[in-house]
Amino acid sequence: MTASTTDIHTSVLPLFQRKRVTAIAWPLVIILYLCYTLFSFDILGLGERVNLKNAQTLVSDAYSYKTHVTLDNRNGATSVSIEGERKGTYPDGTAPEWVTLGADQTADTLVDLGDGYLVTLGETVRFEIPDYGTFTATPGRTGVNATFPAGDLPNWISASKNRVAITTDAGRLSVTRNRAEVFKYAYGWELFFFTLDSPYHGMGIATLASHAFSGEAGAIANDFWTNKMWRHGDVAWALVETVLMAFLGTFGAAIIALPLGFLAARNFTPLGSLRFAARRVFDFLRGVDGLIWTIILSRAFGPGPLTGSLAILLTDTGSFGKMFSEALENVDEKQIEGISSTGAKPLQRYRFGVIPQITPVLLSQVLYYFESNTRSATIIGAITGGGIGLLLTQAIATQKDWEEVSYYIVLIILLVMSMDSLSGWLRNKLIKGDEGGH
Amino acid sequence: MTDISEIHTHYMAQARRKRGLNGILLILFVALLVAGFMTANDRNAGGFWDGLPNALDFPADVASEAIARIAYLPGYFVKYLPSMIETINIAGAATLFGAIGGLMASLMVTRGLAPFPWLIGPLRRVLDILRAVPEIVVALVLIFMLGGGPIPAMIAIALHTVGALGKLFSEVNENASLKPVEGLASVGASWTQRMWFGVIPQVAPNYISYALLRFEINIRASAILGFVGAGGIGYDLRNTMSWGQGKFDEAAAIFLLLFITIVVVDQVSSWARDRLTHGKSSERKVAS
Repeated sequence: MTASTTDIHTSVLPLFQRKRVTAIAWPLVIILYLCYTLFSFDILGLGERVNLKNAQTLVSDAYSYKTHVTLDNRNGATSVSIEGERKGTYPDGTAPEWVTLGADQTADTLVDLGDGYLVTLGETVRFEIPDYGTFTATPGRTGVNATFPAGDLPNWISASKNRVAITTDAGRLSVTRNRAEVFKYAYGWELFFFTLDSPYHGMGIATLASHAFSGEAGAIANDFWTNKMWRHGDVAWALVETVLMAFLGTFGAAIIALPLGFLAARNFTPLGSLRFAARRVFDFLRGVDGLIWTIILSRAFGPGPLTGSLAILLTDTGSFGKMFSEALENVDEKQIEGISSTGAKPLQRYRFGVIPQITPVLLSQVLYYFESNTRSATIIGAITGGGIGLLLTQAIATQKDWEEVSYYIVLIILLVMSMDSLSGWLRNKLIKGDEGGH
Repeated sequence: MTDISEIHTHYMAQARRKRGLNGILLILFVALLVAGFMTANDRNAGGFWDGLPNALDFPADVASEAIARIAYLPGYFVKYLPSMIETINIAGAATLFGAIGGLMASLMVTRGLAPFPWLIGPLRRVLDILRAVPEIVVALVLIFMLGGGPIPAMIAIALHTVGALGKLFSEVNENASLKPVEGLASVGASWTQRMWFGVIPQVAPNYISYALLRFEINIRASAILGFVGAGGIGYDLRNTMSWGQGKFDEAAAIFLLLFITIVVVDQVSSWARDRLTHGKSSERKVAS
């Protein structure tokens, strides 16, 4: 009795020892690997590469916008525009209520930034800053000619002979020889519904509704749809294109993969070489990867949703073929035997013996891929140029339309999530509905 | 007798109705597919039927250039191997970080294991969102802030992996037996200890199997992100591709390298996953 206990004891101890070593060794290996990769990625150099200013613009741009009030010193013209874009310029003679335009070209323009911050744009530019004093400048051929209140310049003012920039909480002023410009920041996505040239800009919901009921619904919808800043119509089309890519690619692949799956299944294709060939085709299609297919196809078909669909189709034919053939190999032979005992022909055997068995499995796999391909379609669209992926890369490339970038990101998340619930709902509906009998 | 014939007609009517309904659904589906194809074809820069004869031109160009300069291929393999390793490392580090994050998240969203049950709902939504955002979106935004290179890609893939693995892991957790957890709780173990000694040993093989599957997916993702400027083999591929004719032999070498890597990783990981779910359990049976 005691002998056998010590036996067990001695045999267990090394086992415990080994377990203890592996318990420490695995995390250690993982940590070492992560250290190696992070150093090979030059994590230390990241500090220099990080552009905090970019991050700041990105974040603040995502939820706010700025309005430019610009005085051109060469011709004395004043213009007001959202984000300094031509599409967002106020028509001549109009301005938001915090800007008081001069009666004619020679008169000064008053810009009230709130909290006592007051800018006068004219031949002499004045900026009244509470708790600091008044800054004046007379830009001309000799430079900005700025005068500051007495004392050292605070760090929120940067000044040189030809350029002065003043950044305050209420807004920003920049004066150069050619122009004086005031920037005022405000929260929200301006002009999201209607641009300034639309008569419906600035109307409340109630007013809009009354206009809509008095027969202007079409015009209102049209102004919204063709909004030049946010391009709602184009965005909607891009979303449709993205779903279209996923839809065509996934279901096209399923249709092609089904017969090929029979070829690769052991119990349906006794011919070994044929089976081997079909399987290698699947491996090849999957191994080449969506990226390479996208590149190859965009050379032949150009950018657009069709190229994306075909890239998804080719990759997924490989995945589906493999999964379908595995599902077919697991088919219950009894049901097929039962059907053939009634004298069914081969086609009928497939139709009534095989298809009902595999439909739920295949459908749920295909629908699952449909959802995940909506995401892939965004990525492929960014590479080949189509759908919401293209709009997103374009908006990021401008490096200033971050409010649009965040808008697109929100739309993409909503799209993928709704495809997720749609495919889940369809899965439940179709598979449960099929159990009722065939 | 009349009963049976009544049932028969009733059954036939029902079968006909069902077949009719299925037929309508099928016609609708085919119509949708055809209409979708036509729309996609219209909105594409080049049409399907015009492009089809040219589909093989580019692969043929690449192949002919590669064959003409086949002696250079081994040299190119050596030249681009570091980039390939970088792509694999991006995927590897992202999978590890994602798996660690997913592990913690999954324990927080599993009923019965969660330390703060009120956090389950919100955390699940967070995982849903992480899963829904395509990696390229996060990567492009991060590239703007952090500059190009592998780190934005790694973070982007890791975030997506947290979402994907968090969900899969929590499904595994739900099947774990709570008895070891209760046993540990009865001797006064803290939450971390209960999870580490009570849950993790039960679920580790399934976790690793899912993480390996994710690694396969992440290698592809990492190659794609390289193509939009995040370093690795994708970046080299884009450079050689935009160079055009004359560098197609290098493009061919990169294609081959990527293809071989993906196939090898797929094979090794599917072998390892098979061992984790089947081989290991039989081994344990013998040992005990």
